[in-house]
Amino acid sequence: MLAVLSARQLRDGQVVFAGVGIPLLAATLAQRLRCPGLTILFEGGVIGAFVEPGKLPPSTNDQRCTKRANMVLGSADVLLLLQRGYVDVGFMGGAQIDQFGNLNSSFIGDPAKPKIRLPGTGGGNDISSLTNMIVAMKHEKRRFVANVDFITSPGFIRGGTSRAASGLPTGGMFRVVTELAVFSFDDAERRMKVLALNPGVSREQVQDNTGFDLVFDDTVSVTEPLEEVELATLRMLDPDRLFIA
Amino acid sequence: MVSSSVRPYAQLREALSRRDRSLREKVVSLEEAASFVQDGATVGIGGSTMSRTPMAMIWQLIRSRKKHLCCARSIVSTDGDLLLASGVSDHVITSWFAQSILWGLSKVMRHHIEGQTAKFEEWSHMAIGMRFRAGGMGVPFLPIRSMLGSDVLRLRPEAKEIDCPFTGEKLLLVPALNPDVALIHVQRCDAYGNAQMDGLQFMDIDLALAADRVILTTERIVSNEQIRRAPDQTKIPFFCVDAVVEVPYGSAPHECYGLYEPMLSHMEAYVAQVNQSPVHGMREYLERYFYCPASWTEYLSLIGMEELLQASQRGRSIYND
Repeated sequence: MLAVLSARQLRDGQVVFAGVGIPLLAATLAQRLRCPGLTILFEGGVIGAFVEPGKLPPSTNDQRCTKRANMVLGSADVLLLLQRGYVDVGFMGGAQIDQFGNLNSSFIGDPAKPKIRLPGTGGGNDISSLTNMIVAMKHEKRRFVANVDFITSPGFIRGGTSRAASGLPTGGMFRVVTELAVFSFDDAERRMKVLALNPGVSREQVQDNTGFDLVFDDTVSVTEPLEEVELATLRMLDPDRLFIA
Repeated sequence: MVSSSVRPYAQLREALSRRDRSLREKVVSLEEAASFVQDGATVGIGGSTMSRTPMAMIWQLIRSRKKHLCCARSIVSTDGDLLLASGVSDHVITSWFAQSILWGLSKVMRHHIEGQTAKFEEWSHMAIGMRFRAGGMGVPFLPIRSMLGSDVLRLRPEAKEIDCPFTGEKLLLVPALNPDVALIHVQRCDAYGNAQMDGLQFMDIDLALAADRVILTTERIVSNEQIRRAPDQTKIPFFCVDAVVEVPYGSAPHECYGLYEPMLSHMEAYVAQVNQSPVHGMREYLERYFYCPASWTEYLSLIGMEELLQASQRGRSIYND
């Protein structure tokens, strides 16, 4: 479901920088269904991949990522394309997010004496610093917190204009996609806002599963139900259900 | 303010001028190559995650019981588990450290980092790349536009925020990283160290240029004539390289582009064993696969013929269409 809903956020002709897992699956799904001209970049150093159905790569640094690509280059160089501005959308998963769209994938608890040391940023910090972001993640209260324990990948930092003031004049959190709803961020305060509820999900349900007050417009739209062609394509891409939850 | 992590230019040039950069044969054994790595050295590791990991050289460093290595790699996977658990390394510089997306968080990493027996120094992926590149360029830093505003930067006082002298914009200067030794695994090179890499090159070219010493492990050694017929394929020049070791399946159980994919059954069994028991399980694994085998060939035999053949079949399949 996350893969399908986030695939719908992509537009044909875009250049998307995708992380492994749901983002890779969703970008590949979009490419197969509606966006044949979608260019997928991977951190391992790949421009324009068409990942093969049933052969999803276990990371963005594996040979399977280079399938039918236009170019391979060094991993620092592919990340520098973000800095130059060639990328429209960055697309990642998330472990913990806050009201301003900051992501934490480094520490649970105090960084000096963490309860859990998480894997860290990878390219996440670079991607979220340098382009517009789509994040696909599970919706749980412990993952949707007022302020993350640690800003690994910056969203709008402390809201308002604080992102630009930190030295990040471009990009920012564009969409968050969960099994409950699709979110954007309001223009002034840069706080998380419900853009559309998933079919059968109520406002209360979304709010109850969130650790901070969400912004709601007076009327909130409802996402179109999943189509059979979307689900069938997804199953074709990931028959072993490596990444389909 | 001088940051101690960046070496003065005069010292870098002096170290390089003392290196034998002549066109000469450098083929040695894994044991001999390990003597290039001193205890306490900063070691740059080539490849990324589960790809072109210089596993045979890591295997040898563990067998040679090296101590207190500071290991820097773009993205660290089970290689990091092995380096920490064996006591070879107590400091890892990287952007991401987990067993892989498939298996997630490493209990071995957590045991050592949360228990504070080792340090995990986190930089963004691009910052690691720019640190190697600055090192390879002979400049003390490079400016980047990421990490700003994040807590990743807050924990890295080694990086300096500046106002650009041309535009006034905020920039982050990341310090050059010139490892004492780099370990890089490639598909082919000649006896002099002219190296060809297929597929993804990750940060290996910058790393080779930045390091004081480069140990190259290679799937096979080809003639210098073959290198000279296609010099555009050479990615690392011989004068960066100090030792060449021929090690077939030198990344096993990880992948080597176009030759073999990761050996997933072995990896799955490994992950199950060490995550269930990050200390004892890890010790047993190291004993069985790292300390006991008499040779790299014996290590490969333990992984098993079926696993090697399947990984090879999948690896080579990218050239089938």
